Amino acid sequence: MALPVDIEALDKAFSGIGVDEKSLISILTNSNEEHKRSLRKGSSKLFIEDENGFERWDQSSIKILKHQFNRFRDAVVLSLLHPWERDARLIEKAIRKGPKHYNVIVEVACTRSSDQLLGARKAYHSLFHHSIEEHLTHIKGRERKLLVALVSAYRYEGTGVNEDVAKSEAQILYEAINNGDKNKLLDHEDAIMILATRSKQHLQALYRHYSQSYGKTLAQDLEGEGILKDTVECLCTPQTYFTRVLEAAVKEDADEESKRALTRVIVTQKEQLVQEGFVPNKIQDILLGLYKDFLLASIASGDIK
Amino acid sequence: MATLIAPEHTSAVEDAEKLQKACKGWGTDEKAIISVLGHRNAVQRKQIRLAYEDLYQEDLIKRLESELSGDFEKAVYRWILDPADRDAVLANVAIKKLSPDHHVIVEISCTRSPEELLVVRRAYQARYKHSLEEDVAAHTKGDTRKLLVALVSAFRYDGEEINTRVANSEAKILHEAVKDKEFNHEEIIRILSTRSKMQLMATFNRYRDDHGTTITKNLEGDSGDEFLKTLRPTIRCLNDPKKYFEKVLRNSIRRVGTDEDALTRVIVTRAEKDLKDVKELYYKRNSVPLDQAVAKDTTGDYKALLLTLLGKED
Repeated sequence: MALPVDIEALDKAFSGIGVDEKSLISILTNSNEEHKRSLRKGSSKLFIEDENGFERWDQSSIKILKHQFNRFRDAVVLSLLHPWERDARLIEKAIRKGPKHYNVIVEVACTRSSDQLLGARKAYHSLFHHSIEEHLTHIKGRERKLLVALVSAYRYEGTGVNEDVAKSEAQILYEAINNGDKNKLLDHEDAIMILATRSKQHLQALYRHYSQSYGKTLAQDLEGEGILKDTVECLCTPQTYFTRVLEAAVKEDADEESKRALTRVIVTQKEQLVQEGFVPNKIQDILLGLYKDFLLASIASGDIK
Repeated sequence: MATLIAPEHTSAVEDAEKLQKACKGWGTDEKAIISVLGHRNAVQRKQIRLAYEDLYQEDLIKRLESELSGDFEKAVYRWILDPADRDAVLANVAIKKLSPDHHVIVEISCTRSPEELLVVRRAYQARYKHSLEEDVAAHTKGDTRKLLVALVSAFRYDGEEINTRVANSEAKILHEAVKDKEFNHEEIIRILSTRSKMQLMATFNRYRDDHGTTITKNLEGDSGDEFLKTLRPTIRCLNDPKKYFEKVLRNSIRRVGTDEDALTRVIVTRAEKDLKDVKELYYKRNSVPLDQAVAKDTTGDYKALLLTLLGKED
């Protein structure tokens, strides 16, 4: 007979993000057939009782388990890949998977340096025999224009901002958001031009002017506007964006996509994570096994150059 | 094929000394300048500039700028620059004009290879502290702006693969747009700024096969439309750049009063690339050798430099 504590341990081994490999080894290798039977009977999450009375594996659980076991693999692969190939693959996957994933495209296009983004575009050519812009053609939605513009940018990275221009462009955005049809924002040519061509320094100055002039932040004014808000955050306040994404990943009811963001953000941003310290504390409790070890060690070593 | 005649082995130090001698004292020995610089490729010219800086603690370009003048000076200045830097300067000049020269921006973004265009963008940032696309966006508007920004931002796939299904459907889209004269600018911009050059050629060929006439012929006529004025050179440059350059040269010489800017620009930017092929096209089209036409229309040192770059044996 399996002890209740064993049943609980089995469930727990699969109940975080990642898998508690050690715990599984110790439970399963020490269980005989009878133990295992009662493990199956006792585990409410993984097994259901079949018409014929045996403890059958729950289909949806298998899917979840697959994801859980793959997390460590994905973290390793993502970590090993050349950053250009990594970013190219992230973008390609996001395009394929659809609108819910477009924020990844925004994330890569807006949080990498200009040369890193160029590198990703080059890698994309090698890997997929098309340019990113070409593949974005497949997107029929209104996000396409913004996404094409963002991935095509080669932003100036020097200092020197024309504050007058930043202020007047803040006004252009304000009017686009507040006076125009909010639904048409993604079609607003001037807004897209500003967001896609100006340097990050300039946009951060614009962000400041916006708050000063209108009493709310540009991000606040874009609440609910999906990738437009993501764009502004990634360009102007990336730490806010990443914090938001990480917290969504460790929430109680986080879906698989949100959880996957953990790997992506921690592996790609580890230098910034150490400096900015925006990893939620919850991560310590909710991560499991080798996956946890890997991610925590990534963060810890983040400032190794 | 290039028209530039440059010896394989040169001494940058000797060249720098010759140039210094040419600029020393009263007056300038323009012939010496032409005989050196007019026979050096981009790598050699760069080495000369470095050697000159090393020997005389002076920027050769600045020196030449102060010694020379007029069309000759402009031509020498453009010639001596690194190709990417040169393109950046040309683009900036085109953008900052009161009435921007859109076709120059089109020319640079569509006739350079994808890699070359990237280097131009980098050179532009280094010089002007703005990105190329930023400045283009700030100085243009409407659909013309959309097209130009898309063209300068493009990083086209450089491969040979062609998708005939796509060529077919996009030839149709382009034809719809052209035929109705009610251009669906979004689709045109998307196709022209994202597809690889090979893919676009397949599309243009398909267009010609399906409709018996080239797309450029179908675009002729209406001159009023701003967008059209930019669209035409775009398609020409993407479809057949050498033919495009021949036309620019022909127009620059034909005009009452030569368009020196255009003449200089094409000769200087293509002398190390495909000016020879353009010359052949020119002769076929005009029954007059390009050298002859240029000689007739220009004078002095400016003429001498152009002819040298066109491959005139000394």
